[in-house]
Amino acid sequence: MAYYLGVDVGSVSTNLVLIDEDGVLEEAIYIRTQGNPIRAVQEGMKQLSFRNKGKWDVKGVGATGSGRQLAGVIVGADVVKNEITAHAVAALREDTDVQTVLEIGGQDSKIIIIRDGIVTDFAMNTVCAAGTGSFLDQQANRLNIPIEEFGNYALKSKNPVRIAGRCAVFAESDMVHKQQLGYKAQDIIRGLCEALVRNYLNNIAKGKEIRPRIVFQGGVAANAGMKAAFEDALEEEIHIPQHYDVMGAIGAALLAKDAEVSKTQFKGFGLSDMNFTADSFECSGCPNHCEVINIKMEGKVIARWGDRCNKWKIVDNGVA
Amino acid sequence: MKKVSFPYMGTSYIPFERLLKDFGNKVIVPPRPTEETISYGTKYAPEFACYPFKIVLGTYVQVLEAGADTLVSSGGVGPCRAGLYTALQEKILQELGYEFEMITLEPPGRHFRDLLQNIKKLINTRLTLRDYISISRFAWKQLVLLDKVERLSHKTRPLEINKGDSTRAYKKCVEMIAGAEKYVDFKEIERESELLYEAVEKRDYDPLKIGIVGEIYVLMEPFSNLEIEEMLGELGVYVERSMFLSEYTISNAVMDLFHMAGERDAKKMAAPYFKEMCGGHGRESVGNSVIFAKRGFDGIIQLSPFTCIPEIVAKSILPKVCKEHGLGFLTISLDEQTGKEGLRTRLEAFVDLLMAKRKKAGTLTVKSQVAKEMA
Repeated sequence: MAYYLGVDVGSVSTNLVLIDEDGVLEEAIYIRTQGNPIRAVQEGMKQLSFRNKGKWDVKGVGATGSGRQLAGVIVGADVVKNEITAHAVAALREDTDVQTVLEIGGQDSKIIIIRDGIVTDFAMNTVCAAGTGSFLDQQANRLNIPIEEFGNYALKSKNPVRIAGRCAVFAESDMVHKQQLGYKAQDIIRGLCEALVRNYLNNIAKGKEIRPRIVFQGGVAANAGMKAAFEDALEEEIHIPQHYDVMGAIGAALLAKDAEVSKTQFKGFGLSDMNFTADSFECSGCPNHCEVINIKMEGKVIARWGDRCNKWKIVDNGVA
Repeated sequence: MKKVSFPYMGTSYIPFERLLKDFGNKVIVPPRPTEETISYGTKYAPEFACYPFKIVLGTYVQVLEAGADTLVSSGGVGPCRAGLYTALQEKILQELGYEFEMITLEPPGRHFRDLLQNIKKLINTRLTLRDYISISRFAWKQLVLLDKVERLSHKTRPLEINKGDSTRAYKKCVEMIAGAEKYVDFKEIERESELLYEAVEKRDYDPLKIGIVGEIYVLMEPFSNLEIEEMLGELGVYVERSMFLSEYTISNAVMDLFHMAGERDAKKMAAPYFKEMCGGHGRESVGNSVIFAKRGFDGIIQLSPFTCIPEIVAKSILPKVCKEHGLGFLTISLDEQTGKEGLRTRLEAFVDLLMAKRKKAGTLTVKSQVAKEMA
């Protein structure tokens, strides 16, 4: 049977999925990127190959996420797509009636508006980090509550405390001050969820028409407190897909499948043992002094970027 | 002899340099903004100032360090912070210990006498009427040609087969235009430029068309907008921006002098949504979007410096305008980030969205007016 691989390299997590010809999820792997996307992708491939000993017949590969370019050259992707399109494709495949996708990941959050099966509008946070997974992570850490239980704490609250949500810095200092006054952790956490949802709806979703059916995906969808806060604010039911945390990767795999490439560029599961390195040099062609990055496979340059003027962009099939 | 310099914005430094030289000044040509420029700008500007302010201030520091003693800038009217910016920049630079003269050229309609006096300060050689005519004719033609070759690059880029061909052709054209000695040279240069673009290998298809509106500096200076036009062109999109320097000069200097409203079309088109001016180019952003819609464009991208009030006003109206005219809409807020990937992600998604819309409407093969213009 033919399989399709989807790789989503985000700032916080790197996800790999395999889907079969019917779009059914076969395997999903979730790894923390930890600032090293190359290692994360290789580690993911290694774990995948352990299952079923890498005997899958991969017919196509899609890459997405902020590290899609890098992931694309390492894995050998046939399709490299932005994460907005990938998330929309995955949401639509799961549920054809979806009209709104709320997505909150590690470092960014987005809203995608879908009408009659096509994306008609979207927005992605630009200048604000409040309301992303990293921030929740950080706060859970500070309160010494495992992130997995963070959301359930919020559900226990009967008297949410109001927390300033406009900016992560305001939110944090507000939380600290209220904590010092003796408010219960659960009430503060619920207040934080409400603040983040308020900020999301007021900032990213501003002016967008949020119609049901509403799907909530991305790593933060695991947080029951966030789901409840969205339901309260929107007065609508929020649906969380089964594989909410790997939807981007599923979208990439589906896009690879739809592309119907005749011969995949896939480098094979063995790439986890190959030696990938990245090094950089400073171009002195102009006062920009761009840091140009070489991606090397077994010592050979396979891609290069980082220059503003594209002077170094062209790579002749590894000969450089 | 005065050592004159001015802010850097797109290719406008080419005719300005020539003009100021012909007027008998030594010209310190401002460098293209780089990360060094923003470092100066963010260090000395108030934190809340907008991105154009910081880039221009950084440029001033660079040219003063290079020996300039006179700075020329355009002023502004209306409720946009930029109108006050020259005065503020002058103060900041003086406090840093630089000695220089700041010459602000205000729009002629309201400050005609001031303007004449200020221009006089920049004329430091004896010129006859004939000289004036020939100098301004040359600078004007240079400006118009620079705009023309840039437009040609926008038309050619989405069709090019080899990525980068159009950008290379464009750079060559700019070099030729900058190197012109006499007015008669332009004829040859214009022909050669056209030939350069003709020589680019092209595909035959009807590209998506996106109109770009927004604040003038981030619209016109590619460094400040992360080379968005080039990025879109390479994604196969025909891009047109609502403002070019030659048109801007006509509407803001010539028309203003005779108290005629500049960019009248844009203002008229904005009327149903926008009855008052809101400063900057907020109203023009709305009006120009309507014009793009009527010309059969697929989408609008609004560029604004982070916290730019006029563009914030426009941003609250544009989604409605675009919806009524069936256009896709994306707004981009620019500040000192120089990483391009976030922008690329949004642009790719926007292009996917517009493509899907076209496919659905079954208009993929319909050639619109722009496609005809390009043929």
